Order: sequence, then structure tokens, then C-alpha cells
Amino acid sequence: MKRLALAVLMSASLGALAAGEPEFAISIENHKFAPDRIEVPAGKKVKLVVENKDATPEEFESHSMKIEKVIPGKTKATIFVGPLKAGEYKFVGEFNEKTAKGVIVAK
Amino acid sequence: MFGTALIVFREVLEAALIVGIVAAATQGIPGRARYIAGGLGAGLIGSILVAFGAEGISQLAEGMGQELFNASILGIAVVMLAWHNIWMSVHGRELATNAKKLGREVSQGTRELSVLLVVIAVAVLREGSETVLFLYGVAISGDATRGAMIAGGAVGLVGGIALGLLVFRGLLRIPLRHFFTATSILVLLLAAGMAAQAARFLIQANVLPSLASPLWDTSGVVDNSSTLGKVLQGLVGYDAQPAGMQIAFFVIVLVTILVGMSWARRRSETSTP
Repeated sequence: MKRLALAVLMSASLGALAAGEPEFAISIENHKFAPDRIEVPAGKKVKLVVENKDATPEEFESHSMKIEKVIPGKTKATIFVGPLKAGEYKFVGEFNEKTAKGVIVAK
Repeated sequence: MFGTALIVFREVLEAALIVGIVAAATQGIPGRARYIAGGLGAGLIGSILVAFGAEGISQLAEGMGQELFNASILGIAVVMLAWHNIWMSVHGRELATNAKKLGREVSQGTRELSVLLVVIAVAVLREGSETVLFLYGVAISGDATRGAMIAGGAVGLVGGIALGLLVFRGLLRIPLRHFFTATSILVLLLAAGMAAQAARFLIQANVLPSLASPLWDTSGVVDNSSTLGKVLQGLVGYDAQPAGMQIAFFVIVLVTILVGMSWARRRSETSTP
């Protein structure tokens, strides 16, 4: 039963992936985001591809965008965001909050 | 060291609150300590396994494995808590009046306790695996000395458990007459809050639409990153900027459990005159 539910969820997400949201790349290096300011279209679902180039894991977190995702070292993660209203949305790397900060600007 | 303590504290707090509520809600059921300890143990072992399998889990389902994993374990906890509350709505009064009188209730109570073992294990698993990953990250980045890291981790762990214990103690102060009502309301809100969190992960994985995000914004009043925000999030699923879909999940689970509770109570009243 659980496996079936998971399969349904998976195929649903695969279907959604095929739709093709605008994509934005962010990388993490030395516990910093690059770029740390990203402009995205407002009112549209967007796809963030976050590459963690550090050897250590990081948690990509944003309360305003409702994101919480652990990204293991040396891996890439895909995160869907929005649709966002126009405005600024902060995000942090929770495991290195002092240095890993960034903002997404929806226009 | 302070940073390590703070992060460990926040992760532990959420699990400790859930364990505290469950421990309070099962007052008077014989043998519950064994089940709570079993849940904690299974959760801790699971955390370590999940943390080291994190990379594999992330890569599942086109990179959405982590979200689906989180949403599924939250879903399991919601079902278990719902079942607990419906069961308690029938047997809570009996437990309150004949807490010492065992007999047939023991076997039923024990069966019911295995449900709570799962809830505790799931709560510890979710928060614990993040803590393990974080500490592992700190350890291999070499930013902190080993001693500082262990000290920070210990401070955070003790702080989180202390706050959970405080909630548990506070719950026990409630007069027995109102005790089961109070804990069943807490468990109800806990389940609905977990459902809302599961919705959030499914939105993030692009499985569900957000409907409206955010539906409202109270982050100016209580922010989710503050300790009060974390406590409220753990207890009642507080979210300063909830998506419409989260509210839908919250309400549906709340109503479903309430209907189940009143149905079970009515049925038990008609079958035992």
C-alpha cells in the first residue's frame, strides 16, 4: 500500500518535472552561495538547482519560501519554489548560517 | 561551539516536544516506559542510518527522494496519532477511573502502545538524522575543534530535552478530570500540524500545488526561526507563512480525527449499556 502510494507520488512528480519550469542554478562553495542574489519571475513556479561543491552537507532553508532540504556534500539538489508574489525572499544554509546567506527576488 | 549548540537544540527540541506529549498522553497505561524507550532507541539508530544514506535518499525519485521520504514518515505519524486519539476517546475515561485496575485493558493498552513507539521513532528519526548530518559536517569541515563540537552538541541536546521535559511536567499538573481532554487536544493539533508539514514537502517536491503561498504572514509577530516559533511549530504546527495547501491538510486531518473520535465514542456507548 505504502509502496503503491509512493509510486503514484513519484509518477506525479515525474509528470510535473516534464512541464519545464524556468531553471536557476546556485552553487555552494566554502559555505557561501554563488550567486547570493537571484532574480526570478513572480507568479510562476521556478526550479532551483543547487550544487553543493563543498565536502560537507548543507541544509538549504527558507521560511518565507517554505524550503527545507539537506544537500549532501558534492551533490546537486533540485528544489521547486513558488509561485512567488513579487518581493524579496531570504534563504540560508542552516548548517553554516553565518556565511551561507542569499536572497531571491521575485519580479 | 554556540552555533553547534543552537542547531542541535532546535533539532532536538521538536522531537523532545513530541516525546513529551506522547509520554503525557499515555499516563496510566502499563508498560509504556518500555515502548517509549524502544521508540527512542529505534529512532536514534534509524537517524544514523538515514544520515549516512542521505545521499542515496536524495537521489531517489529524480532528486525528490528526501521530500517524499519526509512526507511519508510524517504521514505515518499522522495516521498513528489519529488512531491513538480515536482509541483514547473510548478508553481514556476507563483509564482515568480505574488506572490501577488492569485485566483486559492491559492487552489492548499494550497493543495501542506499539503505535506510540512508531510515532516516537519517527519524530526522533526525522530530527535526529538532520542532527547527525550536521554534526558530521562540522566534524569533517574541521572548523571547530572536536572538544568544542562535542560540548556544543551536548549543550544543545540537554537544552532540547529539558524543554521537552518541562512541557511533560506542565501537562502532568493538569487535574486528572481535564487531563485526557488536554492531551487529546494536543495530540490532535500535533497530528494536524504534521499533516501540514507533509503538505509542505509535497509542494517542495512539485507533487502538489501550493494553492496560495503564503496565505498570510505573521512572521512579524512570531517568526518560525525563533525558539517560540519552533515550540509552537512542534506543538501545533505553527507556520508564520503557510501555503493554502498546508491549511487544507491541517483542516482535513483535524476534522477527520474529530469525526472518528465522536463516532468511536457513540459506538462504544451503544454497544456497552
